Amino acid sequence: MPLNIPNTREQFPILESVIYGKPLAYFDNAATTHKPRRVINKVDEVYKKLNSNIHRGVHYLSNQATIAYEEARNKVQLFINAAYSHEIIFTSGATGAINLLANSFGESYIKPGDEIIISAMEHHSNIVPWQMMCKRRKAILKVIPINEKGELILDEFEKLLSPKTKLVAVSYVSNALGTINPIAELTQKTHANGSLIMVDAAQAVQHIKVDVQALDLDFMVFSGHKLYGPTGTGVLYGKEQLLNEMEPWQGGGEMIKTVTFEETTYNELPFKFEAGTPNIAGCIGLGEAINFVSELGIENIQSYEDELLNYATEEFLKIPGLRIIGTADKKASVISFLVGNIHPFDMGTMLDKMGLAVRTGHHCAQPIMDFFSIPGTVRASFAVYNTKDEIDRLVQGINKVAQLFG
Amino acid sequence: MTIKEIQNEIVEEFRSFDEWMDKYAYLIELGNDLEPFDNQYRVEQNVLDGCQSKVWLHAWIKDGKVYYMGDSDAIIVKGIVALMIRALSGQSPQDIIDSDLSFIDQIGLKEHLSPTRSNGLVAMIKQMRLFAIAFKALQV
Repeated sequence: MPLNIPNTREQFPILESVIYGKPLAYFDNAATTHKPRRVINKVDEVYKKLNSNIHRGVHYLSNQATIAYEEARNKVQLFINAAYSHEIIFTSGATGAINLLANSFGESYIKPGDEIIISAMEHHSNIVPWQMMCKRRKAILKVIPINEKGELILDEFEKLLSPKTKLVAVSYVSNALGTINPIAELTQKTHANGSLIMVDAAQAVQHIKVDVQALDLDFMVFSGHKLYGPTGTGVLYGKEQLLNEMEPWQGGGEMIKTVTFEETTYNELPFKFEAGTPNIAGCIGLGEAINFVSELGIENIQSYEDELLNYATEEFLKIPGLRIIGTADKKASVISFLVGNIHPFDMGTMLDKMGLAVRTGHHCAQPIMDFFSIPGTVRASFAVYNTKDEIDRLVQGINKVAQLFG
Repeated sequence: MTIKEIQNEIVEEFRSFDEWMDKYAYLIELGNDLEPFDNQYRVEQNVLDGCQSKVWLHAWIKDGKVYYMGDSDAIIVKGIVALMIRALSGQSPQDIIDSDLSFIDQIGLKEHLSPTRSNGLVAMIKQMRLFAIAFKALQV
């Protein structure tokens, strides 16, 4: 297979693992990616050489830690092409970012009877926070339906838009199906309606260039750990004006300017939304993960992963009885599938014994499984370090399991 | 046979498998051979919902012995359900309450009884014991 990018495998220590006597082939990248040595070393280095609380110490280490933390914020800004670094709010992950937004946005903008639009392919993280907010604010949640290929039905989306629509919250890429949604078109239609859009890019930023200004996104969230960064890191991007207007969600240190028992005035962006001591080492590690991705080039990663996806799709379809769930025209490197009547748990358990790590179940997206009337799927998702040889092993493994159950 | 004797028998059976594949093939066989679950008991209150797979369990008492009927949508889980039913069904409530289920470790299937697997098996074993406790209480 032609490689546009250098082989990255040796940069990932965990890929040397041997599982049940077999070399690990890891296909659960949509759940979390592994971390290159440079990210691991960076986090290690923070604790060994830099550890201090940020933004509030006059001493040397605190200052150094603050500089490194804010550099990481600048890296995120460049990575998603935000206009200002203070539009980058560090969170615990995409879920943390959506919860922050649902609370702050809900508190600031949502009145009884207002409407929020999500889609039928959302992960629970982009459903439940909005349900909770709608319940609190007496707002209404609307859902864009999907077709049999696992694509959003855009005509139905347009019918849902109304003067009451305050926010459209959709994923860029479906974690369970791999569908890449037409975000530019959705954004344009949303804005034409006078509404705002939030894009859950948790499954996108590791595969696709996401330029928040080019797309004119109002809000965007992603997780660090799916982008080769540490767990417990994530980002909420928001346009400056919107973030300034919004009430903070969590109160505490760092997010305040002055506090008396009568009243508190809030700190400026981005600190207003970062109460308490953040995941300093994690965020600095995320900055290093962005260096890793940027040096390879996200376009190169995407074309390599597309090759893996196309190769795997072709080889999978040769397996008797295998059907792919999610056959959108535009897909990221995620394949959800079922073989005959074999339960995903059985398939996943057997593949695991062969050192093949896949995801099974409903992928925290139960409404999608209900739509396709299936209990769940087996999901293989590819990252930059996966190889064609590993896909061959996976195909052999699936065939072996199919024979055993056949 | 006592629960202990049945368990020893199962451990012996599994001892003959050198390859994990053979062990799982046997589990699949046990799952496929499990007595069909009576659909009248396939109701919400009999479901033990794991995140990954579902287990159905029904129990009754006859002549002082507890009997179980079980099922799962995943065959490997169903095979383990079959083993548990073989070990516990037809025993007295007290014997079931007192039973030591470490035979599952001995046959190398402990990983499937970890709460992190969320396949419904942990909940099933707990429920099997709860049935025994409830039947014992009814007997007094």
